[in-house]
Amino acid sequence: MTTTEHKPHTSPEIGGLGHSRRRVEDARFIEGRGNYVDDITLPGMLHMAIHRSPLAHARIISIDTSAAEAVDGVVAVVTGELLAGYNLAWMPTLSGDTQAVLATDKVRFQGQEIAAVIATDRYVAQDAARLVEVEYEDLEPIVNPQRALEEDAVLIRDDKEDQTSNLCFEWESGDKTATDEAFAKADKIVSLETHYPRSHPAPLETCGIVADVDSATGQATLYMTSQAPHAHRTVFALVAGLAEQNIRIVSPDLGGGFGNKVPVYPGYVVATAASLVIGQPVKWVETRTENLISTGFARDYYMKGELAVTNDGKILGLKVDMLADEGAFYADAQPSKFRAGLFHIVTGSYDYPAAYVTTRGAYTNKAPGGVAYRCSFRVTEASYLIERLVQNAAYELGLDPAEFRSSNFIQADQFPYHSPTGFVYDSGDYETAMRKAMDMVGYADIQAEKEQARKEGRLVGIGMASFTEVVGAGHGEDYDIIGLKMFDSAELRVHPTGKAILKLGVKSQGQGHETTFAQIVAEELGIPAGDVKVVEGDTDNTPYGLGTYASRSTPVAGAATAVISRKLREKAKKIAAHLLEASEEDLEWETGKFFVAGDPESSVSIQDIAFAAYTNPPPDLEAGLEGVHYYDPPNMTYPFGTYIVVVDVDPESGQWKVRRMIAVDDCGVKINPMIVEGQIQGGLTEGFAMSSMQHITFDETGNCLGSNFMDYLVPTAWETPRFELGETVTPSPHHPIGAKGVGESATVGSPAAYVNAVVDALQHMGVTNIEMPMSADRVWHAMQENSGG
Amino acid sequence: MNITVTVNGTAHTADVEPRLLLVDFIRTNLGLTGTHIGCDTTSCGVCTVLIDGTPVKTCTMFAVQANGRSVTTVEGLKQNGELSAIQQAFREHHGLQCGFCTPAMMLVGTALIEENPDPTEDDIRWAISGNLCRCTGYMNIVKSIEAAAETTREGASS
Repeated sequence: MTTTEHKPHTSPEIGGLGHSRRRVEDARFIEGRGNYVDDITLPGMLHMAIHRSPLAHARIISIDTSAAEAVDGVVAVVTGELLAGYNLAWMPTLSGDTQAVLATDKVRFQGQEIAAVIATDRYVAQDAARLVEVEYEDLEPIVNPQRALEEDAVLIRDDKEDQTSNLCFEWESGDKTATDEAFAKADKIVSLETHYPRSHPAPLETCGIVADVDSATGQATLYMTSQAPHAHRTVFALVAGLAEQNIRIVSPDLGGGFGNKVPVYPGYVVATAASLVIGQPVKWVETRTENLISTGFARDYYMKGELAVTNDGKILGLKVDMLADEGAFYADAQPSKFRAGLFHIVTGSYDYPAAYVTTRGAYTNKAPGGVAYRCSFRVTEASYLIERLVQNAAYELGLDPAEFRSSNFIQADQFPYHSPTGFVYDSGDYETAMRKAMDMVGYADIQAEKEQARKEGRLVGIGMASFTEVVGAGHGEDYDIIGLKMFDSAELRVHPTGKAILKLGVKSQGQGHETTFAQIVAEELGIPAGDVKVVEGDTDNTPYGLGTYASRSTPVAGAATAVISRKLREKAKKIAAHLLEASEEDLEWETGKFFVAGDPESSVSIQDIAFAAYTNPPPDLEAGLEGVHYYDPPNMTYPFGTYIVVVDVDPESGQWKVRRMIAVDDCGVKINPMIVEGQIQGGLTEGFAMSSMQHITFDETGNCLGSNFMDYLVPTAWETPRFELGETVTPSPHHPIGAKGVGESATVGSPAAYVNAVVDALQHMGVTNIEMPMSADRVWHAMQENSGG
Repeated sequence: MNITVTVNGTAHTADVEPRLLLVDFIRTNLGLTGTHIGCDTTSCGVCTVLIDGTPVKTCTMFAVQANGRSVTTVEGLKQNGELSAIQQAFREHHGLQCGFCTPAMMLVGTALIEENPDPTEDDIRWAISGNLCRCTGYMNIVKSIEAAAETTREGASS
């Protein structure tokens, strides 16, 4: 598969693939007419606030709700004991574990849900929630996974019958014997121990619900911050025992998601139960603190990687051992067969025969989560580890990191490439992307400047990451979430006037689906994108789908859209033959019309065909021009690219500043280049965030130290670097339009580039690692420890 | 307490609790939901409105403090049925993705351009540094405000 130029095939008026079409959804957002969950107000709506545990680990002796109940305006106070009566005190997680909805026996993390107050007013609900009195007996808080797995550590999950330790799971991938053999042949073993710190997606809109259960009909309408409304409906049916046809989940506009809105949270369940019992709608919207301390954290992997290399610069094999801090309930939202997600993509962009990965997960007294924060499941951690290891290996061998990469890259003619951990990479051209990024940054000049700068007492570093992602899960045989195969769907209805509506099982959180998916229809059917309305996020009105996360919308729902468009085009051809009184075999397609081969004047437009489908269909054909397609991808897609960061590090303070950030991405065929660029710029910022400031820490008693935006720092416009983007285009050979997905590439690929750059600036001092986030004091300490200072 | 607040040119009188936050007054009492809530601690800025032309975060300001003042929210940006320069620029330059920070970003941009018709990139980045965005990486927000400033200058000189 070669890199090719892709120019639009359609006119701007049609607006098919490759057009930077302006966004449809912006029309409402720029007027403040978005409709987010908290904007919804229903008649008789009550408000819910949650009383949460101040302690990380304690036995509950008693819960006294009387003072809360006495507050004027309080309608009900819900406890776990009350929920237990409905068999709702516990719920399943997306990883097959259980999670307390409201704690009954113990609290297992600070911020855990204990009781919920339902009141006529949001302020009153919060007042009363504070008045719930809980008596506790303190237990040892387990605040790191190392301690959790020591023999004398107190058992966190004593609610689970077979649980005898805090070990949550064990998992391995690859071939141990082959990897041991590879290591035996190595000249050098390069190792790196590092922690990918705990982070939080922190979309600016927190999570929330307006639950409206009609006690007369049993109809439950749940307006929810949901990235996966269909899967959530099924979970609700299973958890709450509600009939699935009576549950309608509406996920309205979402103010960002980034994986935070994939799990089902206790607040959703309690609000729904409360609405069911009280018979009035109940709204619950998290505060920022609730969002940060109790919902979907990400990362928190302690990783040890070893790379076996030869003196002449060839990689022979990789070993990785990891320890995951999973919090109190194992709730990773990931395919069920893969306990560490798709971490085994860790072999990266390089060709070597052997790899072996082992992972243990431990329960700790922290919030559950393990969500795929703007990445495919655990791919960010994997990409970080291999790209850090590769740079360190190059240093140890005395080689230039770019040349070391180049001599180990999977070559363009090796695709489809079978990785040692079982992936089949669809397509790639890593060398071309890397050289393009090196040209853009002026690689040789920066290397030369580095030497000169040191002589002048300045510190300049250049770091690179040549990442490969795996997204678009996935093939149903291997990939499922709680048993639901990871297909996705598209329903296309072409109306008599030639306008269309496209209904999808996925759900945008800002990615611009209303704009881009219409462009796929425009490309395939020649109906102007402006004539195609895209509908998502309403389970009563869209076909079943697994939702939007792990960059799967374009790879899976995008493919479904292309396929259903093509199916309708086949039917349109039959109608065209009828209208043109020609044989189907004699018809040819050109964007938006069929014509008789050799007689272009004898043509009929898609609009005329659509009209005929309802007014004059062929006698042997059913009327209408509608259809639905469920797409089970034959493989995942493998976006890639090279990011290069140049930093200036202040030798006095350890402060570092990004001078240049070059990003060459290859996401296959682009639907809308403007939106692709926007996605990459956003992802590069999240990568910068994780490498420089974003992390959630805890003190020794389990207090969360990142519980608001004053302590949990996310980048502002002031410190965010300016990015320079480049591209190569290597289509996915198995995707109907050759697209691969791009929403997360930059988050996955860029952290290693930032860290590699700072380490590079300090490498001559013997510095080989700086942990994220690279605060100035960490960088300063690294300099002191390695310079004898 | 009885307060009168002028919002987008219309005076609203209401009897409110002293502790009612201005953002809740705007969203709940007036039903203007384009002003959002994101952090409760004056950090993220999605609740920003203009008070007498100056950007203010309304999640830590009481409604009673706005008594007698003039508030502009995103719903007040359109003039005579026409999108303002900044609204058009955000759409043209892909200055938004999820849309949650957008109303505040546009209001801060509007105030900046009013004060400084020809802002540099640093001026813009500093002006919006109290407003977080998790989607865009800010580059296109900066570009949008630059473009709106240019349009506004051209409009003033023509």
